[in-house]
Amino acid sequence: MSHLSRREIIGHGSVVGATLLLGGGAGVAQTAAPPVATPELVEAARREGTVVFYTSTDVQVAEALASAFQTKYPGVKVQVERSGAERVFQRISQEYGSNIHAADVIETSDAVNFLLFKRQGWLAAGLPGDVVKLWPAHARDPDGQFAVFRAHLSVMGYNTKLVKKDDAPKSLVDLLQPKWRGRIVKAHPGYSGTIMTATYAIAQALGWDYFEKLGKQRVLQVQSSTEPPKKLAQGERPIMADGNEYNIFSLMEAGEPVAPIYASEGTPLVPGNAAIFKEAPHKNAALLFYDFIFSLPAQQLICDVGGLRSFHPEVKEKSTRTPLKDIKLLLADPVAIEKEAESIKQKYEADFGT
Amino acid sequence: MALVIEVLPARRSQRPDFFKPVAVFLVVVLAILVVLPLFWLAVTSLTGKNGELSFENFTALFTDPTLRKPFVLAVSMSAGVGILSCLLATPLAWLVARTDLPGRTLVRALVTASFVTPPFLGAIAWEILAAPNSGLINEFCRFLFGLDPYDAVVDIYTMEGLIFVISCYTFPYVFTLVANALDRIPADLEEASAILGAGTFTTLRRVTIPLVLPAMLAGSLIAVLQALTMFGAPAILALPAGFHVITTKIWSLFQYPPRLGLAAAAALPLLAVTVILLRAQRWILGRRTYTVIGGKSGEPRIMKLGAWRWPALGFVGFILGLTVILPYAALLRTALSRHLSEPFVWSNITLHNFHFVLFELSATKLALQNTLVLGFSAATICTALALATAYFVSRRAVPGSKILGLLATAPVAIPGIVLGVALFLSYGRPPFMFYGTLWILLIGFVTIELPGGYQQLSAAMQGIDAGLEEAGRILGATRLTVLRQITAPLLRTSIIAAWCFVFIGTIRELSATILLTTANTKLVSVIIYDLNESGDLGAISVLGIVLMAISFAVVLIANRLPLLGRRATPQ
Repeated sequence: MSHLSRREIIGHGSVVGATLLLGGGAGVAQTAAPPVATPELVEAARREGTVVFYTSTDVQVAEALASAFQTKYPGVKVQVERSGAERVFQRISQEYGSNIHAADVIETSDAVNFLLFKRQGWLAAGLPGDVVKLWPAHARDPDGQFAVFRAHLSVMGYNTKLVKKDDAPKSLVDLLQPKWRGRIVKAHPGYSGTIMTATYAIAQALGWDYFEKLGKQRVLQVQSSTEPPKKLAQGERPIMADGNEYNIFSLMEAGEPVAPIYASEGTPLVPGNAAIFKEAPHKNAALLFYDFIFSLPAQQLICDVGGLRSFHPEVKEKSTRTPLKDIKLLLADPVAIEKEAESIKQKYEADFGT
Repeated sequence: MALVIEVLPARRSQRPDFFKPVAVFLVVVLAILVVLPLFWLAVTSLTGKNGELSFENFTALFTDPTLRKPFVLAVSMSAGVGILSCLLATPLAWLVARTDLPGRTLVRALVTASFVTPPFLGAIAWEILAAPNSGLINEFCRFLFGLDPYDAVVDIYTMEGLIFVISCYTFPYVFTLVANALDRIPADLEEASAILGAGTFTTLRRVTIPLVLPAMLAGSLIAVLQALTMFGAPAILALPAGFHVITTKIWSLFQYPPRLGLAAAAALPLLAVTVILLRAQRWILGRRTYTVIGGKSGEPRIMKLGAWRWPALGFVGFILGLTVILPYAALLRTALSRHLSEPFVWSNITLHNFHFVLFELSATKLALQNTLVLGFSAATICTALALATAYFVSRRAVPGSKILGLLATAPVAIPGIVLGVALFLSYGRPPFMFYGTLWILLIGFVTIELPGGYQQLSAAMQGIDAGLEEAGRILGATRLTVLRQITAPLLRTSIIAAWCFVFIGTIRELSATILLTTANTKLVSVIIYDLNESGDLGAISVLGIVLMAISFAVVLIANRLPLLGRRATPQ
């Protein structure tokens, strides 16, 4: 996806939706031989004993993924290092800057970071067989260094106890109404890759003017995109301007009074890539884990447990969730975001205070 | 009336030779600890975007309003914290040390609990209690007074809220220093005042308060500096409120794309303010030296409260309720709740959060282990360094020992978050490759806690009349014997207190830690912060409770150890 221009990506918008739902778009096999979970690999992984997984997926989802892997391959422990996408990036940069190679597999919601990792030559080439066979070409790196492990949406949302469905805002612009002043919670683009992507996509669609006005609405500013849904569930704010759709799903399923809103202007789609480091300290375990997280059971798990959207065509979405084809998507080109990131942060601080 | 005994400069005496090598060793260690990071900080602040020598960071510092504003806010916040901490702590300390208030031991224990609590944990607890809409206090008030759904009685996401929360966890500094000072004031001074016809109030105003004023000021100063350099609580409360203080601003400069030079430059105004504060303290105290443990002192006077005991108890209960009991009750409730928004009834009670933290969250065990290992070693090393430094400085054991004191105090001016970068710059490259190991955290903790430990021990050392030691020397004891048989026993309580201070400090530390931990060197504080960023309040509460149980146990054991814990009463 990273090598498409913005126009091409927008052009692909509907295709993305259809692909996610129908699982079409078999890719062209052009990457290195896919790693296979052979008994030899499993044995080698077991000798290494551990795989270190740097991730920005919600901690409960990441831990569920880890324990599914450990059940399938006893003796290989997954060490989950969960943090916000930018913190993960910051840590990797510090560590690699100091010649520390602690991470095996990385997964974050900030596609820009993967451009940088690739440019630095930190990533190993080679995608799992399923990805090569089944993933659409725009959802994987043409050089086979990373692929979209998950996609999720940054949605609006509301607390169903505090706001009636009919009264809830329907569009992004609705948030600017005076009645929502002091009622909105929102995550931060400087901290969260998801929100950086969403902010860029929304600014492209509505102009920065929208954020300037939203900044005057006295929003409760949180950091990670996983946090607004939780503030919504607590009833701390009745409306959320942005945040992870998958957290909304899991909270809904846990009986919390929250619901997503798919804004009429469109909802930003955020691809989350995964990759193996060339200098991974546990090479075999890394390959095994990487292969596993793209397999159908894992992809079904992140969809079921995590409420994430998968590019695996055989993943079955729950009937309670709005199918992706019915959602108008806003897409953003990581190359363009990379150029804009600094100025978005500055403008954001000017309008929101932090 | 001679309230203050002027101490002449220490009399010169014959010194054994081994003091010099020890002093040299100390200078080298302290210099590496303090000067190396400061050096890299200075270099980084003077480095431009392309690695050239440049003043662009300083230009930005003075021209960029997004840097000026957080600084002004941080200074006013810290001033507020200093004042509030003093107002909370001084009456409490006096009641505990000088009256027959019932349950004084319990009060001391609860103040310790408040001290042991990391401010970031307290901030999270106060979010649960006093967030404008979901806060338990606000919900309760709405229920009680029939307010509208969005009416809030208290809002923690404000400057006032932030000052209050930080004060809850800095007032124990003032409390401890003032209570100790009150414990140490010999009764004869106050009795003399009473005999000369002064009433209780006059004695309080003209004798007791002037004697504890240094402790009050020193305590408030620690509170101010703590607030100024604190990262966790402002990150949790100021960012949602939509403003930065200087530490959160510096932290945001590390986000992609990082601006290390600007961050280093932004630390310098903090350094300046700290130096000014320390100067001010010296100016206020003048050049007097207070020696309150002399060779001949009586027990402190205890005042009978009589009918006043009830309002006094109410006051104490109110303060401790706010700072300790309510926050922990909130954490406990959150730890045990299925849904935070639901009432706390049987069907809503679950052990899921405990199960998640203790069995599912893969980082818990390693983090607990790391936290304890670091806490113990940092406390021990830091106390030893501080003790040696305090001894050399206060007894002027070697020429130029003043430098030691300066070195040991200097880190106080470096905000933890900046020290984090400085340490990263210093130990992330040859010859010291410590990044990614526990060593860099150990060095960080020792450096950060050294000023606190040193201040305490040097205060204790100054409180001991050199005459006691000199009496020993005159009676033929060697310097070492005097140290072992006179100085050490008198300092025992202070040493344990300093050790606990440092141990707790490492558990409370987040600002440097957050930049220095890696996958294998994770600490509980960092896990709590990560969980907070993703809003997992249940898991945080469990971790917080576990952490507190452990650290409280450690402090209790340290104070009870037969070898260490015997109360050192001045003989």
